[in-house]
Amino acid sequence: MKSITRRRLITTGIAATAGVAGLAVADRLAQRYGLVPPDGCGVYGPGETLTYAAQRLLTRHSLAREFSRGMISKTPFANETAPPSDEFKVHQAAGFKDWRLAIDGMVARPGSFSIADIKSLPFKSQITEIACEEGWSYIAEWIGTPLVEVLREAGVSPQARYVVYYSIQKDWWESVDMADALHPQTILTWGMNDGDLPVGFGGPLRLRVPRQLGYKSVKYIIRMTVTDSLKSFGKGLGSASPEAGYSWYAGI
Amino acid sequence: MSTASSTSNPEAPRHTAVVRVTHWITFIAFLALLISGAEIVVSHPRFYWGETGNVMMKPLFTIPIASSRDTVPTGYNYVMPDQNGWSRYLHFQAAWLAVLTGLFYGISSVLNGHFRKDLFPARANRTWKAFWEVIAKYLRRAPPDAVEAHSYNAVQQIAYLSVIFVLFPMVIWTGLALSPSFDSAVPLAVNLLGGRQSARTLHFFVSGALLLFLAVHVAMVILSGFRSRMRAMITGGVDAPEAIPSTPAQLPILPLQERS
Repeated sequence: MKSITRRRLITTGIAATAGVAGLAVADRLAQRYGLVPPDGCGVYGPGETLTYAAQRLLTRHSLAREFSRGMISKTPFANETAPPSDEFKVHQAAGFKDWRLAIDGMVARPGSFSIADIKSLPFKSQITEIACEEGWSYIAEWIGTPLVEVLREAGVSPQARYVVYYSIQKDWWESVDMADALHPQTILTWGMNDGDLPVGFGGPLRLRVPRQLGYKSVKYIIRMTVTDSLKSFGKGLGSASPEAGYSWYAGI
Repeated sequence: MSTASSTSNPEAPRHTAVVRVTHWITFIAFLALLISGAEIVVSHPRFYWGETGNVMMKPLFTIPIASSRDTVPTGYNYVMPDQNGWSRYLHFQAAWLAVLTGLFYGISSVLNGHFRKDLFPARANRTWKAFWEVIAKYLRRAPPDAVEAHSYNAVQQIAYLSVIFVLFPMVIWTGLALSPSFDSAVPLAVNLLGGRQSARTLHFFVSGALLLFLAVHVAMVILSGFRSRMRAMITGGVDAPEAIPSTPAQLPILPLQERS
C-alpha cells in the first residue's frame, strides 16, 4: 500500500512538474513567435491565445474567399456609425480632396498620402464578403491599394510587428499584426462596386481586412502607426475593441 | 434485456474516471456555449440561407424577440442590452474547452475500448426489435433492471453515439465555418454547407438538437433516479442491486421520490 502511494505521489509529482514546465515552454515559444494576442490576458486569455495561435499557424498566408461578380449583394448594408464629426463634414463638403493618410512609427519615411497619392500606387479589385460579428453579411467588390504598397512606400522596418490605424471619428482605432498588414487582400479601399466608396461604407478611405470580422475594417482612416509593441497604445490591449469588451483578433 | 457491456464486475464504477471528468467539463462548456450563443443570436435574431444575409434581405425565418442592436427591425420598440463582447470571448473559450475535452475523451475511449465495449451496440441490440423493447419499457415506466445499472441500453447507445459522432462534429464544423480566417484556409468548410449564412442557420439548428438532447437526457436521469444517477456520474458509485426495484410494483410513482 505504502509503495503504491509513494509511486503515485512520484508519478503525480512528475506529471505536475512536466505539465507546468510544458506550459512555461509553450508560453515562451508562443511569445517568441508572436502567437499571443495583445488581449491574451485575463479570464479569456487562454481561449484567445489558442484561437490566435492556431490561426497564425494555420492561416498566415491563406486567402479569403473571392466571389464571382454575380454574387455581389444587391442590397449591401451600411452599418450605422456615430454621427460624423465636424472635421469629417468639412472634408466631405470639400469632396475629400484634402483628406490625408499619415504614417508614422517604425517607417523610414514618415509622412502622409492624399487619396490621389494612394490611388497612384498599384491597386486591385477584389470581391469579398464582409461579415459582422452580429451575424449578417454581404458581398461587394472592393477596390483599393494593398496596405503593403503604402507600407513599402513608407519604408516599413523589418522589426515592425503591428500596424495601428485610426479613424477620423473619435476613439475608433484598430490594429493588425504583420501577417494581416502585409497580406495581399488587406487593402486601403477607396472604391466599391465600380464607383467611389460611399461614405456609409467607409468612404473616402477604409481599411478592408477580409479575413477578420467587419469591425476590424475601420472606416474613415486618417492615420497609421507602425510599431513593435501595442503596450503604449490606449490601455495596451491592442485596439479600441478589447477596451469595449470585444476580442482584438476577429478572425475567430 | 440484452446489453452490450461487461456486467461481470459489480465492484467496478458505473462510469470510469475519464467519462465522469470529461462529462462534467463538457457540461460546463456546453452551458457556457449555450448561454453565450443565445446572447450572440439576440444581436441578430434573423436567419438566412445561402452566402449572404442582412436586414435588407428576406430572412429564412426570424425569432420573434427584440434584438440587442437597434439596426435590426424586430417589431419591438425597445433594444435589449448588448452583451456580445463577453459572450463572444466566452463562446470561443468554452468551444476550445469542449473540443479539447472531446478529443481527450475520444482518444482515450478508442484506446480503453469504451466505445467498443459500452457504446457500439452488440449484435443483439442492432435490431429495431431491441430498440422498440427499450422504448416500450420506457413507456411502461418500468425501472432500469440490474443489467442497466452497469451498461447502456440500445436507445441510450444510439442517443450517445449520435451526440458524440454526429451532433458534436456538426456543431464544431458549422461553427468553424463561421470563422472568416478558418474559411480562408479551408474554403470547403463553408462552401459544402451552402455558404456563410447557411452555416450560421445550421449551427443554430444543430445547437437546438443538442439542447433537445440535454433536455431529454436530464429528464431521463430524473425519471430513472436522480440521486443514484448523479452519484454514478460523480463518484462512480452504484446502488447495491437489491436497492434497485426489479418489478414495476416497486416503482416509485413520483419520479423525484428518493430511493436509497
